[in-house]
Amino acid sequence: MFRQLSERFGRPVAMAILTLLGMWLMVMVTLPQLQMIDYSFRPNLLPAQLGGPEDVWTLSNYVTLFNNEIHRAIFFKTLWSSVLVTLLTLVVSYPLAYYLAKVATPRQAALCILLLIIPFWINEILRTYSWFIILAFRGPLNEILLALGLIDRPIRFLSGDGGVMVGMVYAYILFMVFPLYNAIESLDDNQIRAARDLGAGNVRTHWRIVIPHAKPGIATGCIMTFMLAAGSYAVPALLGSPGSRWFTQIIYNWFFEGGNWNQGAAYAFLLLVLCIGFMSLVMKFFKVGLGDIAK
Amino acid sequence: MNSQRLLAFGLRFYIAVFFLYLFLPLLVMAAATFNDSRFPTITPWDGTTLRWFGELAADSGMWQALSNSLLVAVGVLCLAVPIGIATALFLNTVSSRAKPFIYALILSPLLTPGVIIGISTLIFWRQFGVSGGIFLTVLGQATFISAYVMLMVMARLQRFDRTMERAALDLGASQWQMFRRILLPYLKPAILSAAVIAFLQSFENYNTTLFVVGYDTTLTVYIASKVRTGLTPAVNALGLILILVTVVLAIAYEVKRRREQAAVAQSGQAMVLAESQEKA
Repeated sequence: MFRQLSERFGRPVAMAILTLLGMWLMVMVTLPQLQMIDYSFRPNLLPAQLGGPEDVWTLSNYVTLFNNEIHRAIFFKTLWSSVLVTLLTLVVSYPLAYYLAKVATPRQAALCILLLIIPFWINEILRTYSWFIILAFRGPLNEILLALGLIDRPIRFLSGDGGVMVGMVYAYILFMVFPLYNAIESLDDNQIRAARDLGAGNVRTHWRIVIPHAKPGIATGCIMTFMLAAGSYAVPALLGSPGSRWFTQIIYNWFFEGGNWNQGAAYAFLLLVLCIGFMSLVMKFFKVGLGDIAK
Repeated sequence: MNSQRLLAFGLRFYIAVFFLYLFLPLLVMAAATFNDSRFPTITPWDGTTLRWFGELAADSGMWQALSNSLLVAVGVLCLAVPIGIATALFLNTVSSRAKPFIYALILSPLLTPGVIIGISTLIFWRQFGVSGGIFLTVLGQATFISAYVMLMVMARLQRFDRTMERAALDLGASQWQMFRRILLPYLKPAILSAAVIAFLQSFENYNTTLFVVGYDTTLTVYIASKVRTGLTPAVNALGLILILVTVVLAIAYEVKRRREQAAVAQSGQAMVLAESQEKA
């Protein structure tokens, strides 16, 4: 590898490239992850006990999770809710992505993309906070529903998982729209026309032509959205209540309230395994590789 | 044909509703800034005021958080931009059996939840006696922002015509001169865009930052803590200012990009014109 680099750029630049890459992958990416996994298999000890007879690998941190009914329930709730958020986001994004890629004129598409990018540049916290205002007990949504006579007393939107999921769809939708748009855009218009000419209706054209072509985009969007939803701390912290905690909040509590980093590391590792599992499943289902995702 | 038209109308209606959904929350938040109510809301409207901007400006915690955020973002730029460029050059040059594995490793920070990057960074540095703060925030954020920089630089690098490189070497340039005078100038636009995106990513990061920030506060951490304790419309004033800055930046960025595209198209036209005149 060094030979190829130094043949192209000369020794000093080649050395700089390998140093930077090596430092990043070792010190920032790999070793911290391995350390976290190692932590998760060790008991929580006092500094004096480290390296002592009790400092051995154990599964106790994982056993704790499986014995704790509440944490277990929150883990599975996080899983199902994130899947639901991902599906909702896909359904909401698909028509928009199709419109941008195939229906809109280039001018309209450029304007829409600019409009889409603006909220994307705005902080996740602020976007979530804006829903906090809307969904508040005495907020505008309740006032409107009351004025329309649809409800006769305000609803506590912020005390269940509903508010959290609405906020998540809102926060992560662009991670779905852009991969979908990129994938659909590369479809040759003639294929759609051919399908129509051969008598396919709208549904069949999408099901047989557009969606199969957009598979890598759908996979990428789903993987990103699921990862963001399952790993979100901001949205459940702002829009949830103690009754609708997210798994990330349990992890946070182990670190900064329970003071048991080993336990927290085990929970964090499970979250990582969950995301990797979802990713492999999606990649297998859509038959796409890692290379397709990075496009 | 009629059903086709109905469908097209339906799609347009859907797009309109979608953009309403996208912007209405932000408008509500902005409007609540001007409501003279102790709690941020637009219902009921207690009169119009500008006092929340004053309260925001008088909040020393906000200024401290803002300066921390800027410091972190600059630190992230110093790390992530060189790493991203180096990685793109590496992937573009090297062919090896280990490459798919290295590639997967390079992409992994993009597919790892931010909280986990924060947690692993926090745990890793504990053994060296480094606890949460600005330094770890820079390291944690740069871990995944480097990968974004790599993707953006890579996109341009793949379109690089390597005969230019060979031409420079044939004309007697050293490898360093070729790198410095040909390759880097070619990559410059991508590097600048990547730097802008990296800065924004750092500035708005919350999930990773939360675990590594220690007793320091960045602007996002400050906003989140304000929402949960002691919420006043001053937070909205801050949000409104951030949104306005973002909108101006986004539009300026887009205008610049379009001008560049137009310039390229024009110079292309000029060349065609010159060529046709030559032939005539």
